[in-house]
Amino acid sequence: MNTSVSGTARLVAAGLRALLVLTVVCGVIYPLVVTGIAQVAFHGKANGSELKVNGKSVGSERLGQSYNLDAKDKDGNPLPDPKYFQPRPSAAGANTENTKYSLLVSGPSNLAADSKVLLANVEQRRADVAAFNGVRPSSVPVDALTASASGVDPDISPAYARLQADRVAKANHLPSAKVRELVDRHVDGRALGFMGEERVNVLKLNIALRELANG
Amino acid sequence: MSPVLSGVLQLTALVAALALVYRPLGDYMARVYSSEKHLRVEKWIYRSIGADPNAEMRWPAYLRGILAFSVAGVLFLYLLQRIQGVLPDSLSLGFTAISPDQAFNTAASFVANTNWQSYSGEQAMGHAVQTLGLAVQNFVSAAVGMAVAVALVRGFARSRTGELGNFWADLVRGTVRVLLPISVIGALVLVACGAIQNFAGIHEIGQLTGGTQQVNGGAVASQEVIKELGTNGGGYFNANSAHPFENPDAFTNLFEIFLILVIPFALTRTFGKLVGNVKQGYAILATMGLIWLGFTALMMWTEFAHHGPALQAAGGAMEGKEQRFGVGGTAIFATTTTLTSTGAVDGFHSSLTGLGGGITLLGMMLGEIAPGGVGSGLYGMLVMAVIAVFIAGLMVGRTPEYLGKKIGTREIKLAACYILVTPTLVLGFTALSMALATPPDSILNTAENSVNGSGAHGFSEVLYAFTSGANNNGSAFGGLNANTQWYNTTIGLAMLLGRFVPMVFVLALAGSLAEQKPVPETAGTLRTEKPLFAGLLVGAILIITGLTYFPALALGPMAEGLS
Repeated sequence: MNTSVSGTARLVAAGLRALLVLTVVCGVIYPLVVTGIAQVAFHGKANGSELKVNGKSVGSERLGQSYNLDAKDKDGNPLPDPKYFQPRPSAAGANTENTKYSLLVSGPSNLAADSKVLLANVEQRRADVAAFNGVRPSSVPVDALTASASGVDPDISPAYARLQADRVAKANHLPSAKVRELVDRHVDGRALGFMGEERVNVLKLNIALRELANG
Repeated sequence: MSPVLSGVLQLTALVAALALVYRPLGDYMARVYSSEKHLRVEKWIYRSIGADPNAEMRWPAYLRGILAFSVAGVLFLYLLQRIQGVLPDSLSLGFTAISPDQAFNTAASFVANTNWQSYSGEQAMGHAVQTLGLAVQNFVSAAVGMAVAVALVRGFARSRTGELGNFWADLVRGTVRVLLPISVIGALVLVACGAIQNFAGIHEIGQLTGGTQQVNGGAVASQEVIKELGTNGGGYFNANSAHPFENPDAFTNLFEIFLILVIPFALTRTFGKLVGNVKQGYAILATMGLIWLGFTALMMWTEFAHHGPALQAAGGAMEGKEQRFGVGGTAIFATTTTLTSTGAVDGFHSSLTGLGGGITLLGMMLGEIAPGGVGSGLYGMLVMAVIAVFIAGLMVGRTPEYLGKKIGTREIKLAACYILVTPTLVLGFTALSMALATPPDSILNTAENSVNGSGAHGFSEVLYAFTSGANNNGSAFGGLNANTQWYNTTIGLAMLLGRFVPMVFVLALAGSLAEQKPVPETAGTLRTEKPLFAGLLVGAILIITGLTYFPALALGPMAEGLS
């Protein structure tokens, strides 16, 4: 009995030593080497792909953000700013409506395809987006009606960007044609021509839009 | 180009890339596990462990090594989470200690190669736990899986001995020679595409309209790559591989799917090499590939058809999906992650169509063998092959043989015990959770909230949780609030038992096979390298899984998908 206890203890001690050595290799040396190379070779990307306008940080090109007015609706939710292209709906984690896109918790709605709540959300979004942009409800594309997986999706579909163009042009006192042309220039094709979907990065588009509006 | 065509082309490109590296990687791994030489760094590691890498072990000794190493892993990870509150802010990001039940759950989860997460990464775990604890287990739990697979293969390849190799050598070689080099390259590819890799704390960045956003820093790319390569799946962020910092674009998405599949598929080549007949490996590969392709095609069909009232109203299945991946890229990821033991997600399974959710569930229920987790996929599939040979033997009235070894009473008992473990855990814990008073309160998509009032999806949330845990997957129907004492404890137990009990049977089987003397091949021997056998194997897998889980699937995803 004694020998089996001490044998077990010796074995677990060997296991612990193995774990500690491999922790040094995989948990210290490996991440430090990768971080070192990444920080030198891909400094901007490794640190979050931050975009700056006039030297001031305006966010990360990888992450969605909100473009809202200070005013709130009757439920206390901020109203979208008509001067900007709007991102996809976000259901990020436990965030309340007021702090969406604040980023501390990323995540989806997890609502099921047969969920009453999701069905109501979709119908509400369709009505809201149509009214906000002055378009027919049937013309609102699917990415404007569904919450993204991350809750910080940086992109919208080209269709949703084009749908917003007239409203954005009017709010900024710009000719519609110019804003539409701006959208077309910001459509990113599929990676290598066939991977994923076409998309428009909302932050980059809005930065270009503001430059255009400010002349 | 239509989204469907784009999806099909992505699948084609993926298959081509996997085919390209199949032979070189498979052959390389065969050399790694049969080489006599030790690298200098490996010798240094063996000296620190105090182990002799040349000492052959019989199966009980091999198992004791695994258990000792894994017990140490659970204890270390548990302690690391419990002391997080007293670590300096630079290491803890200011997060406090994790509660005992959640720390147990997470420690069990990462040591068992599951990576079930009842926490939100960016709101709970600092640099120390993520990088020193979780990421390390991503490497070593994968290496343990590969070691067990190699031990079983040696059982087939060796005769008149009981010796299966040396666990410490297999563990260290898998980590140092296979997982680390691919991870370094893969991590840099991810950073080059926009994944982050830094040790910044939680910091604020500006917004275009004024105001700020809070962003987490972290060693994300280095953890992301081994999370996929080691079929682990635990995300740095709550949104897992849907988060743009983990998976920045459509190319990285396909690259991450490739990383998940590359070792499990290539191991069939390693297996063929080590048993001295690569065609045997191709038969296993064909079985795995057929199931994986079939499931992926089905998933694409149901997701593009966007079945379900809410998705029909929206005009597409984009709830819980990212614009840059689209439906096609997300569908391939979803079947890949659940047919392996990965559990990473680039879109959320709870919002898949009813049938799509069922496909992810069924993928895990097959035992994650097509192609399965690193190592665990191969040994799981070989156990199924033993059972398929046995069934064929019953049909023709011959003593079954596989790879020149007799499948006798002892072997078939061990294989049968192996396939009973996970269903017992899954169905037992699910039934218990539904029968007790409070565990159903965790369900998000309740009967009251569903369009037809069925509650089928809510049942699926619980069934999914235990299927995912016991099969060491780690993905979730995320609506379920699993951070309760009940789920933390029971899923934690399901993960540990679902990982280590089957290993006992696999290693005992390996030992038993290695002791046999080979049976000469005769005209009556079942040709296990032929398509007929691959077909028989696919049939055996689907029938056994179907018989086991059909009632549970009928109550959940099938009821949802068909209503």
